[in-house]
Amino acid sequence: MTTWDILLWAVLPYVTIAVFVVGTIWRYRYDKFGWTTRSSQLYEGRLMRVASPLFHIGILAVLVGHVVGLLIPESWTNATGLSEDAYHVIAVGLGLVAGAFTLFGIAMLIYRRRTVGPVFAATTRNDKTMYVFLVAAILLGLLTTLLASGLIGDGYNYRETVSPWFRSIFYLNPQVVLMAEAPTSFHVHAIAGMLIFIIWPFTRLVHAFSAPVGYLVRPYVVYRSRGPHDAGARIPRKGWEKVG
Amino acid sequence: MRIMAQMAMVMNLDKCIGCHTCSVTCKQAWTNRAGMEYVWFNNVETRPGLGYPRTYQDQKRWRGGWTLKRGKLKLRSGGRFRRLAEIFSNPKLPTLQDYYEPWTYDYDMLLSAPQGEHTPVARPKSLITGKPMKIEWSANWDDDLGGGPELAPDDPVLVSIRDQVGDRVKMEFEQAFMFYLPRICEHCLNPACVAACPSGAMYKRVEDGIVLVDQDRCRGWRMCVTGCPYKKVYFNHRTGKAEKCTLCYPRLEVGLPTVCSETCVGRLRYLGLFLYDADRVTEAASTPDEKDLLQAQLDLLLDPHEPAVLEQARRDGIPEDWLEAAQNSPVYRLAKVYGIALPLHPEYRTMPMVWYVPPLSPVVDALRDTGNDAEDAGNLFGAINALRIPIEYLAGLFTAGDIGPVRRSLLRLAAMRAYMRDINLGRDPRAEIAESVGMTEEAIYEMYRLLAIAKYDDRYVIPTAHAESARDLEEVGCSLDIAGGPGQYESGPFGEASGRPIPVAVENFHALKQRQTTEVIIPVEAVRVNLLNWDGMGAPDER
Repeated sequence: MTTWDILLWAVLPYVTIAVFVVGTIWRYRYDKFGWTTRSSQLYEGRLMRVASPLFHIGILAVLVGHVVGLLIPESWTNATGLSEDAYHVIAVGLGLVAGAFTLFGIAMLIYRRRTVGPVFAATTRNDKTMYVFLVAAILLGLLTTLLASGLIGDGYNYRETVSPWFRSIFYLNPQVVLMAEAPTSFHVHAIAGMLIFIIWPFTRLVHAFSAPVGYLVRPYVVYRSRGPHDAGARIPRKGWEKVG
Repeated sequence: MRIMAQMAMVMNLDKCIGCHTCSVTCKQAWTNRAGMEYVWFNNVETRPGLGYPRTYQDQKRWRGGWTLKRGKLKLRSGGRFRRLAEIFSNPKLPTLQDYYEPWTYDYDMLLSAPQGEHTPVARPKSLITGKPMKIEWSANWDDDLGGGPELAPDDPVLVSIRDQVGDRVKMEFEQAFMFYLPRICEHCLNPACVAACPSGAMYKRVEDGIVLVDQDRCRGWRMCVTGCPYKKVYFNHRTGKAEKCTLCYPRLEVGLPTVCSETCVGRLRYLGLFLYDADRVTEAASTPDEKDLLQAQLDLLLDPHEPAVLEQARRDGIPEDWLEAAQNSPVYRLAKVYGIALPLHPEYRTMPMVWYVPPLSPVVDALRDTGNDAEDAGNLFGAINALRIPIEYLAGLFTAGDIGPVRRSLLRLAAMRAYMRDINLGRDPRAEIAESVGMTEEAIYEMYRLLAIAKYDDRYVIPTAHAESARDLEEVGCSLDIAGGPGQYESGPFGEASGRPIPVAVENFHALKQRQTTEVIIPVEAVRVNLLNWDGMGAPDER
């Protein structure tokens, strides 16, 4: 266990969490007006129609894959009677499909961003930086999946090292040794992953937190009072008002 | 029953001359900013025409507004799950090409071009890409039937009535008919844009029914643009937020009419209150037959003179001066008492609150051209019935195709002309003219006062917001927030205008101090000169 191991697998994760959480809260308080998808669909619709759902659905599937792979211990899936080999095949299969969706989607989106004049003109330096980190994380993730799958080289069961290490961070007892054992590809991908979370609150990626699931339970028409200071008007109740 | 007040507008189309003053003043006040170049909260369309954005009335294509599905009211663009499923790419969003690509001209060329054989030319430049462009469309490209035979036949309203009346309609239009339709946000009682907003950022104000976008809550999902069948919610492509007509609420709150009303040359706009039963809106909007929607909408509007209504309104917290304003409301009289104002496209089921008095003048003109006495009651009534094609077109706009209410409205306008002519010529007024259209002589005369004399205080009956909340009106923003202008937010680290907005007063203080103490004289390279903010130091500010 070297100093580097400690820095990367014990210090950096907590720095990431701190920056991610505090940064997001700060951004929300400081910059509600800047908190948007900054959609460029108005400029161009045809490429986006295909590329954007492809990318977003892909990346959501990737997210689910990470949650399952990192948070659910191997012993649990074993207990359900799912063998390691079967799990591995399923995970690699679905992971590669989701990864391909994501990669193809983001490739199209970047192509669109570069070639469609108005879209490129509306791209900020912040966006470009974010794309570098995001694409790096995605490519390294795919590479890791390929290497660990056994399709190229020997396979690797990350659920015995990387996953316990990931969980140990949240127990506040980071198992640095476990992570240090993992192959380099996992190391690089994990670092890229942490970096994207570090810059997350400061980029347009924050729109992911605005996924409007509350829409499903809200009344259609929203009424709001001009403000609680109004004379004559009732004091508004909390939540959505029921009218009609 | 729950009574709410609604600020509403009526436009008397008889008087609109299509001068676009409302559009221009509105743009100067509200949308002269970066990201809003293509946006006109108020636009004036020539009918028949394609409208702005092009063919927005074709809901088969744009899927705006509400529809009935097994008797239940549903957004035409799909229910809640469908909305969320389409959130990554809104399939029914008009692109910039459907509005138009905004441009400016390379004016600097006129000054800086070297002396040469040819006169220098200011070429058009796209405000989106900054590159030279060819101007092929604009917000009112088909103004005054420009490109008529090619463009007007694609008018969605014309297309929809073509089945009923065949090709005849087109010919008649080309010979005799054209009118202007100024449009702003309808501030609907049942707003589809609000219903479509996934973030809950759009809302209807309880106090006055104005529909607004909370800029801090909008996340740029663009569903409101699709939801609105009038396409009166716009996407600011620089800030990534939706923006729309605010009915000039900062002006209304202090008792001033909207900018479009105030500056209207024809004085054809009326502003006032409706009282309505908010609990019955959904039920009214769910009326099965489209042609009954107008009546359902009228039934929602309550009589502000009825004691039971007043009592309930007081219980619901509507202040006394607002009730008085509702009793004097010109829009209530035009829509409900005289029954001459009609809503735009009630069949969208949004219960729109900008109403229109249909235009009679073209009928009168057509009559005069045939050599008849154009203001004789008999001639006029006959002409309205004979010119059935315009009535069908108007019905396509205002009554979901039901000719009855449009004819009644036009007959009453005609009756008013004929009745008043006798008075003007010193003859005995004929009560039978009023009776023939189901009105009293008094009502006809009052209607004449409201429509023809149209005093400022009769047209605009606007109760103010209460003084207790006046401090909320401070720092509402600055109309000088133009790109590079003194009020413009800097481009923040997270994109356009991110970060907390600086109060205008603070910003002005620092800007002035800096200018007055600077030793640098600003060189003249200006493309657009801003004399408004020039304080005499150096050359006028750039842009």
